[in-house]
Amino acid sequence: MIPAIGLAIGIVVGLLLQPAVPVWLQPYLPIAVIAALDAVFGAVRAILDGIFSDKVFVVSFLSNVVVAAFIVFLGDKLGVGSQLSTGVVVVLGVRIFSNVASIRRHLFDA
Amino acid sequence: MSTPDRSPRPPRDARHAWARLLRAGTPSRSRSNILVMVLAIALGFAIIAQVRQTSVQGLETLREDELVRLFADVDQDGDRLASEIRDLQTSLQLLESRSTGEEEAQRAAKERVDALGILAGTAPAVGSGITLRIDDPQHTVPATILLDAVQELRDAGAEAIQVNDVRVVANTWFADTRDGISVSGVEVRPPYVLRVIGDSNTLAGAMQIPGGVTATVRRVGGEASVDIRTRVVVDALLSVSPPRYARPVPTTTP
Repeated sequence: MIPAIGLAIGIVVGLLLQPAVPVWLQPYLPIAVIAALDAVFGAVRAILDGIFSDKVFVVSFLSNVVVAAFIVFLGDKLGVGSQLSTGVVVVLGVRIFSNVASIRRHLFDA
Repeated sequence: MSTPDRSPRPPRDARHAWARLLRAGTPSRSRSNILVMVLAIALGFAIIAQVRQTSVQGLETLREDELVRLFADVDQDGDRLASEIRDLQTSLQLLESRSTGEEEAQRAAKERVDALGILAGTAPAVGSGITLRIDDPQHTVPATILLDAVQELRDAGAEAIQVNDVRVVANTWFADTRDGISVSGVEVRPPYVLRVIGDSNTLAGAMQIPGGVTATVRRVGGEASVDIRTRVVVDALLSVSPPRYARPVPTTTP
């Protein structure tokens, strides 16, 4: 409940403030958002598995975001930025899908 | 969504999962809940920011290969538009030359109408020429002399002739009447004044040669005088009725 409320508050605040993404952040934000979503779905799954830990969630959330941004940064520096971004998105997407599948199994028994 | 009854697992399993999820999400003032809240708010904010950014994205976030592709696209577009401009300019020139050609044709047609109007007597004419005045106090000048005078004037290059108030054209005829002369059916009385447009010196010379019109008139008892003028107005008009039988031969060239 808490994370859903937080998400809603964040969306409303974002709609009200109409934030502009700073230029230095622009290449990293989309990947960071995907990584954070991965952490969120992982946390829900952990709750359902009964192995959820606040510390693990917070650390995994932050480290996911930082690592994703760093990979994109590194890729840009090495000249393979677009390919690496695609790779990161694919990996995180696969993880999100598998987490969602696990959550679905827990909640709907199917 | 499947029904719990038909699933292989006992239904309480799913109910436990929902309960666990609700318990985890129940608001409490623990530190971790606040931290999770903050992270969730940050995530929602970031999602909205990214969505807005994507919808207004400019060129600065694009990568090099995307920029190269865009540049190539713009280049190609420019070439295409340039060739389109060339095509349109060509057709513009074509249309302009065609319209000037039409104006030219219209001007030529107008000149032709003017020339034919003067020739047929349907248009007034003005120009240099002479006036020939024939006084005939004793009614001794016959129509033949007037006809001779007109023929002589035509030989001398007269372009428009008028006898008193009657225009002289190709089918004009002269006949003697009791009090004067009939010109195409219109009674004309002395003095006969012929207004003639043409080369004035040639016309005057043709009238005054020995044995010419002037001499003939004088011989029959009249008096003829020639007056050279820089401006003669021939303003008597004839109305032309369309021919009943004659038709123009169709031609392909205008």
